[in-house]
Order: sequence, then C-alpha cells, then structure tokens
Amino acid sequence: MTTPPNVPLDPQALDPQTIDPHAYEDAAHLLDSAEEVHVGRTLQDARPPSQEEILRVENLTVEFPTEDGVVHAVRGVSYGLREREVLGIVGESGSGKSVSSLAVMGLLPKNARVKGRILFRGDDMLKMSARKQRGLRGRKIAMIFQDPMTALNPVHSIGDQLAEAVLAHELMPRKTALARAKEMLDLVGIPQAEARLRSYPHEFSGGMRQRAMIAMAVINNPDVIIADEPTTALDVTVQAQILEKLLEVKDAVNAAIVLITHDLGVIAGMAHRVLVMYAGRPVELGDTDPVFEEPRMPYTAGLLGSIPSLEGGGSSRLRPIKGTPPSLINLPTGCPFSPRCPLATDVCREQEPPLAETDSGGHYAACHHWDKLAAVEDPTVFFRTESETVA
Amino acid sequence: MTLSAQASGPDTGAAQGMTIVARTQGQMIRRRFFRHRAALAGMILFGFVVVLSFSSIGFMGVPGWWDKSYLTTGALVNQGKPTLSVVPEFLGGSGIHLGEHPFGQDDIGVDYFAKTMRGTQQSIIVAFLVAIVATTVGTLVGAVSGYYRGKTEAVLMRFTDVMITIPVLVIAAVVGRRFGASGVVVLGVFIGLVIWPSMARLLRGEFLSLREKEFVEAARALGTSARRIIFRHILPNTVGVIIVSATLTVANAVLLESALSFLGLGVQAPDTSLGQLINEYRTAMVTRPWLFWWPGIFIIAIALSINFIGDGLRDAFDPRQTRVRA
Repeated sequence: MTTPPNVPLDPQALDPQTIDPHAYEDAAHLLDSAEEVHVGRTLQDARPPSQEEILRVENLTVEFPTEDGVVHAVRGVSYGLREREVLGIVGESGSGKSVSSLAVMGLLPKNARVKGRILFRGDDMLKMSARKQRGLRGRKIAMIFQDPMTALNPVHSIGDQLAEAVLAHELMPRKTALARAKEMLDLVGIPQAEARLRSYPHEFSGGMRQRAMIAMAVINNPDVIIADEPTTALDVTVQAQILEKLLEVKDAVNAAIVLITHDLGVIAGMAHRVLVMYAGRPVELGDTDPVFEEPRMPYTAGLLGSIPSLEGGGSSRLRPIKGTPPSLINLPTGCPFSPRCPLATDVCREQEPPLAETDSGGHYAACHHWDKLAAVEDPTVFFRTESETVA
Repeated sequence: MTLSAQASGPDTGAAQGMTIVARTQGQMIRRRFFRHRAALAGMILFGFVVVLSFSSIGFMGVPGWWDKSYLTTGALVNQGKPTLSVVPEFLGGSGIHLGEHPFGQDDIGVDYFAKTMRGTQQSIIVAFLVAIVATTVGTLVGAVSGYYRGKTEAVLMRFTDVMITIPVLVIAAVVGRRFGASGVVVLGVFIGLVIWPSMARLLRGEFLSLREKEFVEAARALGTSARRIIFRHILPNTVGVIIVSATLTVANAVLLESALSFLGLGVQAPDTSLGQLINEYRTAMVTRPWLFWWPGIFIIAIALSINFIGDGLRDAFDPRQTRVRA
C-alpha cells in the first residue's frame, strides 16, 4: 500500500461528459497509466458497483447513558451503500465508526439509544421485529470481526461453525451444510478444505482464521458485508492477501462491503468511496481518489500528512495533528475539530458546519473553510511543524 | 496430531508437503481420555465396583452369581470374621480364596459381602440421580440467568439465594422422612432438587464472562437465536466446569446420603446403603472393624474413581489442550 501522492489529478478534466469521445479515450488511457503510478484502487473490479442503493443510513445517532453523562458516540451519520460497492469508513479510535456499524448489525448493548433510520432495501431495520432483524443478520448482512482468534468459538471445529452459520437460517441436513462449508473454505483459499473442516480454531494460523471468518461471512450469500478492521490483528504480510481475498469473495457473492479501518492505505487500495469520521460525525465523504488527493476537510488533510510517504523521500517530515480528539461526553461548541485545526476561526468555534457538497460533485465535507484547502496544492501544508517552516 | 501450527497453510505455502490426518471429535476425545492414566485407572476401578455390585447379588429380581442374600441370616461362622484370604500359602498365609463369608457377617449373621454390595448399588444410584438432577437444574438456571441478565437473572438468582440459605440437611431431612421409604430413586431426585444452587451460581459466572466474548457477538451477527447461542455456542465452553462440578456432586451425594442414613432419614431398613452401614457399625470399630471398613473402602473407591474420571473428561473435552497432542 502506498500513500496518496502529491500529483494533482483533476477528475473534472477527465469527466466523459465535458469532453469529446476521442479525447475521452485518451483521457481513459491517461487515467489507466496514472493509476499505475499512484494509489487509486489498486485492485480491479470484476463487477463494478451499480447505482442502486441497498443500504441507506439516515441521520443515525447513538448515545450511551453512563455515570459521567451521556456519551454521544454517533451524532448524525448518513450514507448510502450501493450494490457491490466498497465503502471505506476511516477515523481514529472513538470516532464512532465501529459503533455506527454495530448499530446497523443491531448488535449494540441494550442501554444504547439509537435514533435515525437504517434502511435495508427500503425497510427500516430499527423498526423491524427482533425476529425479522435476526433473519437479516448473517443472511443478508454479514460481519467480519477484527480479531479472528476471539471471534471463532474455541470448542467447535471450523466446519461445525461454518455449518452452524448456515443452519441458523435454513433447515437442512448437516451434511449439506458441511458441503457448503467446504466450498467456502475452497473459495477463500484454504488448502485441503475437506480435512480442515475438522480442525479447531487454535490449529489455524491468524491468516487462516481470518479466511475462515470471511468464509463464514459469505456462506449465506449476503448483500452487505461489514468488515470491522479485518486486518488490524494480522501480520502485515498477511494483510494484503486477506484484503485481496475479501474483494475476490465479494465479487463471487455479489456483495457490497462497508470497510471500517484506521489504515488509510487499506482504504486507498480497496474502497470506491470513503467516509471520514471525527467525533461521531462524518466530516468528509466522496470518491476515494478525490478525497485523498484533494481533501476538503482539514482533518482529512491532517490524517494524510501524518502518515509516512515513499514519494517525499527520506527528508520529508511527518506532520502530526496536534492535540487529542474531544471527549464524547463534553463536546466543544462549534466544529469538534476546531481546537486542533490550524484553519479554525471564530465561526468554527461557534457553529458546527454541516456536511455539504464542495467544488466537485459527490464530494462532501463538513468545513467552513474548505475553499482554503482547495486553494493550495498540498493541503497537508497547514499541519507543518515549526522546524519545517524555516526550511 | 499432524496438523499443527507449524504449517500455517496458505500463508506460508508450506501446505503441499503436509498431510493432514483428520480425526473425528469423538476419536480425539477418546484418545485424550485414554492418555490420562489416572482417569483410565479411575474408570477401570469404577467399572469394577459397578459390575461387582450389580452382578454379584443381582438387581431388581435378576439373580446374581453370589449365593447369599443381604436379607437372610445364617449361622455365625468364626464369630463373623471375614473369610477372604489374599495371602498365598507359600508366603505363610492360608491361600487365595473367598471362603463362606468373604467380608464376614454382621451381628445377626447376614452375609456382609451381600450387604455391602447392596449398599454400593443403592449409593451409586442415589449419587448419580443427584448428580444428574442437580447438574441439569443448576445448568439451566445458571445459563438462563447468566445469558439473559436483567429481570430474569434477578428473579432466578434471588430464588437460588433463598435455596442456598436453607441448610441442605434440613430440606433433605424433611424430604427423606417423607420419601425415604419410597426408595432410592425418589430420594435421589429430591436431594438433586435441593443441592443445585451451587451449580447454578458457578454456571452463571461462566456465562457472564462467556457472553461478552467476541465469538458470541459473532454468533449474534450471524443471526443465531438466543437458545442456539446458549446451548450450541456457550454451553460447550463450560463442559469442563460442568463435569468437574458434577463429579464433585457425585462424591458429595454419597456423603449426604450417608448423613441422612445416620439420622435415620435416608434409605430405610431392611434395605441398606453404604452410609447406613458405616453409621450402623461405627461403634464396632474396635470389636469387629470389618463391619466398618468394607463399606468405607467402597465409598472411597467410588468417590476417588469418579473424581479421576471427571478430571480426565475435563481434559478430554477441551480441544485447546496441547499436552496430549503428538
């Protein structure tokens, strides 16, 4: 995984509607070659996403009452997930990315107060009966957990657990379910699947366990897979294999993926669109390339500046974001990022900016000053350290 | 096990050269159990006691190979001393033989071997009934309250608390007085219904910790029903605790039954049990010690062998045990 480059690439210049068809061919060629040099989506789509939305989250808020006060974990998240699309959700710990997806799965603890709408193919999951919701879980919406060691039951064999995933929704002979399980292990690339069905989780390596988790997630042909930091617990060398397998499997079952991670490299390589979250709110949403190349929210720019880049050479400095995320119990008034933001002005400290469309279509940002970011070539420049200013 | 962590499969590409010998779960459990020497010894000893007690004097009308009954008296032979001899002649003993009354006779001339065997039968039946009933009830109550929490838990655990505050012996005594004469089956079931609370508490604790595990959340994410999660996903993880606790219950039940018999509230004469025999002849310790020792030896044999078996079973049911992986 590489980091986003400094090469500016204006998507509007390549928009097929504004240029003539011949120029488009050239442009497409340009785009192809451009993708080779920089990030983009490094993995090819066998089946590109359609425009139809299967999952729509509208103004989702999640609150947890605690002894210290109400924790506003998620404060108004809205997004749509298209068929076969990979939507990346990035943010640091506590930004609400996991909580919002657990809300979609209906797995939040009982004391959580969930508001808003979660529409799966038009049906509001929050208003469904528990039984109907359970019918969707695992069958239509599946989840891959962060740590495959703890997410697999230690006392059942892999085959039993995979079969169990099928039997939870369908009545069929165990043998048939086990045959399905074997197919899935083949699909995720576990050799000698037949024999491995009888292995226990502790006999698998970390990568194989996560493969088994992926197999379990797709065994019922779901429409949506929610992957909550699927590679965080894995060895770096295994990460790429698992992600590639995840995309391969997604194409095989025709599912869309919500990919939750704090690894920008993973998002860059996998996601069609990306949603950046901060303090429980989405602060930027758009196609992956524009968001990474021309961030319109200082937080995104700060994230991009704080990861090492191969292209800048050894001499370039990392530009960390100063400060820490705000407490979700006592949020500052105005933009929650304003205490850490180099661009913050009085209006930022008074008014929380809504997620609004910016200069390019489909690219949304929640910032009063997104135009300032648009005006400079390298948006991470605002986060440079003092020692750097001298140079 | 040939499949082990050294071959990390697709990730290292080392899978080609590996052969994976798969065993069924049953095979593996049996294998692990039989490698546990103490458990194996326990099982042989317990099997011997069971076979001996049930085949010798017969059971429920089926006659056994021993010609004397625990109900009929005979003439006192050699002051009722045991005729069993295990010291061979060439060592200066009287040779290996059973004799007329291997375990001796009691004060009225009843064959003590037959009596001890009858007591062993009754004690085994009571102990197992108690263990089965207490384990079932305790597991259910503990599992349900630990998994659902909230009001269900509050109601069930307060009920458990009430049960635990009443001395077991008092309830058992009332039950024994009322049902003792109805035979060991009723007695066993009722004692079981009294001593389940400790099991329920244990299981509730296990469930409280296991329900927060990620694999339970994963099961929920798969749309698994609550009942399936309790019985298929969490309960198998508690097998170790259940088995150990159940075996301890068996040992306890033997002793509880003895205590009840001591108070005259357990198995009623002319029927007998090991506990009743011990209590009846505890004063004969000096004059005719065999009347005390034979039932004592059998109580120890049962309790000890069951504990060893439980130990082995717990190890065998835990697939994470690496000690016995070859």
